[in-house]
Amino acid sequence: MIKIEHMTKFYGSFPAVIDVSMHIKKGEVVGFLGPNGAGKTTTMRVMTGYTPPSEGTVTIAGYDVITHSLEARRHIGYLPETVPLYLDMEVTDYLRFMGQMRGMNRAWINERLPAVIDVVKLGDYRNTYIQKLSKGFRQRVGIAQSILHEPDVLIMDEPTIGIDPVQVVETRALIKELGGEHTLILSSHILPEISMICRRVIVIHEGRLVADDEPGNLSERLRRTERIELAVRGAGEPGEVISMLRDLPMIVDARRDNSASAQRDAGEGIIPFLLDARPDREAPENVAKAIVEKGWGLINMHVIPMSLEEIFLELTTDESLEG
Amino acid sequence: MEAIASSLITSGTNIWNIAVKETRTYFASPMAYVVAAAFLAITGFFFVASVSDAFSEASIRGFSAGAIFFMIFLSPALTMRLLAEEQKLGTLELLLTSPVRETEIVLGKFVAAFIMLTIMLALSLYFVLVLFIFGVPDTGPLYTGYMGMVLYGSTTLAVGLAASAITSNQLVALVVGAGTLTGLTVIDFIAERVGGTPGEVLNGFQLGSSFQTFDVSNFAVAQGGHFADFSRGIINFTDIVYYLGMTTVFLFAAIVLLASRRWR
Repeated sequence: MIKIEHMTKFYGSFPAVIDVSMHIKKGEVVGFLGPNGAGKTTTMRVMTGYTPPSEGTVTIAGYDVITHSLEARRHIGYLPETVPLYLDMEVTDYLRFMGQMRGMNRAWINERLPAVIDVVKLGDYRNTYIQKLSKGFRQRVGIAQSILHEPDVLIMDEPTIGIDPVQVVETRALIKELGGEHTLILSSHILPEISMICRRVIVIHEGRLVADDEPGNLSERLRRTERIELAVRGAGEPGEVISMLRDLPMIVDARRDNSASAQRDAGEGIIPFLLDARPDREAPENVAKAIVEKGWGLINMHVIPMSLEEIFLELTTDESLEG
Repeated sequence: MEAIASSLITSGTNIWNIAVKETRTYFASPMAYVVAAAFLAITGFFFVASVSDAFSEASIRGFSAGAIFFMIFLSPALTMRLLAEEQKLGTLELLLTSPVRETEIVLGKFVAAFIMLTIMLALSLYFVLVLFIFGVPDTGPLYTGYMGMVLYGSTTLAVGLAASAITSNQLVALVVGAGTLTGLTVIDFIAERVGGTPGEVLNGFQLGSSFQTFDVSNFAVAQGGHFADFSRGIINFTDIVYYLGMTTVFLFAAIVLLASRRWR
């Protein structure tokens, strides 16, 4: 349903998102997790076609968001972080207008409107001016406009930010329900929220995709891994190196480093790798020893200081502090 | 062929839906009423002043001179909200992620503002009624006068809309819009100092009556610019091309400015 390939987005010279790739299948409920300013919103804006990627491609339901922008946009329901509402309109007038903009005809809008108002529980506020609604209710109007046209893909940016705790609980329950019917992508900087709603978590930090896993596995890895960058020379097949590294104690996973920067730095006959290792001093030692024993050249080894663990600490895990 | 036709219908529907929504918003806020009242009051003063002398001519020249002068501020006031507010509220992000083109957004907003302008000009028709009750006006200049005001008004709305696309601040949109229109009105001052061929070219862009030739003691003879012939009952092809061309250029500018939001 959604394919992002090596997407990079610069704002001026500042890279907001760097070489992010992901495939999201129909019906998946995916959470973007990351501290504030990690690049979640930018990734979403590129997915919705609001802003074009600097590099790489994004396709929604098979349509490239740049070359076939209008077709791609037809498949999207979007709720930006600051809920965009015309304050001087009544709830139903606003929803009707948004339906029209999404290309719905009158009959379709008439059919969907009561159902959607029912889903978001706005029945008593149909003809209320949006200006007069509380933040939580405005959020519901925002959710209503995003699902009105029955989009294949639903993208919600921090949907529970800034609303009161009771309404947060209700909104989460509502979103969880929606996840049953849509391909849903949701961003948050609150870990429990993501684990509650999503079956797949993509962690974004400083513009990079640093993890993509089930919430359960992720928590496991968060506690147990750190990352090692590695460059090896004279090692024939990358597969041989990978299987050798995987067999080492302390090494959880090994893969080739396909990031643009690693490829650029690698010279003739040098292959870059990425390892997930248990946080133990012996892990890098074991790796170095194994490579040297094989007669390969260990060109570079770097234990990444910013581990998932530290990212985890930047995330809000205590709900009483925020939301 | 069929694809093109259906895409045109979709565009038309989008433009119309946006225009209807904006027109409703005009009437839901005091804006429409305040602007229309101010327009009628101020142009009414010009009208009365131009026809109340003992031997004055039964014409709308005084009214139209006042109207095109006032439109320099009134049009940007009508359009300042249209795109600036979308940017401020963030609703632009929703529109631009909906299957709607920037062109359709801009044209829809323009149509709404144009409807407001038409309504105000329609209300001013009572000046004409007064002329027919108390005098024998020459009908030619009446027709061309209104035609000129519609064309001139369109251009000022397009300028105002482009100004509204620049910023999320309505006041900035108003100042930039009115400033640009004032610039186009006093362009003859600049042309005079530049002189020669460039000066003449600049003079060709004179929007409406020059302030230089605007004679407060004689409201009936606002001259200069592309509006002068319309007020005299003359339809000049160049004037029509100028107004339609300027309208197109500024609407296009609004579209480009709006699209450029995506890169910011």
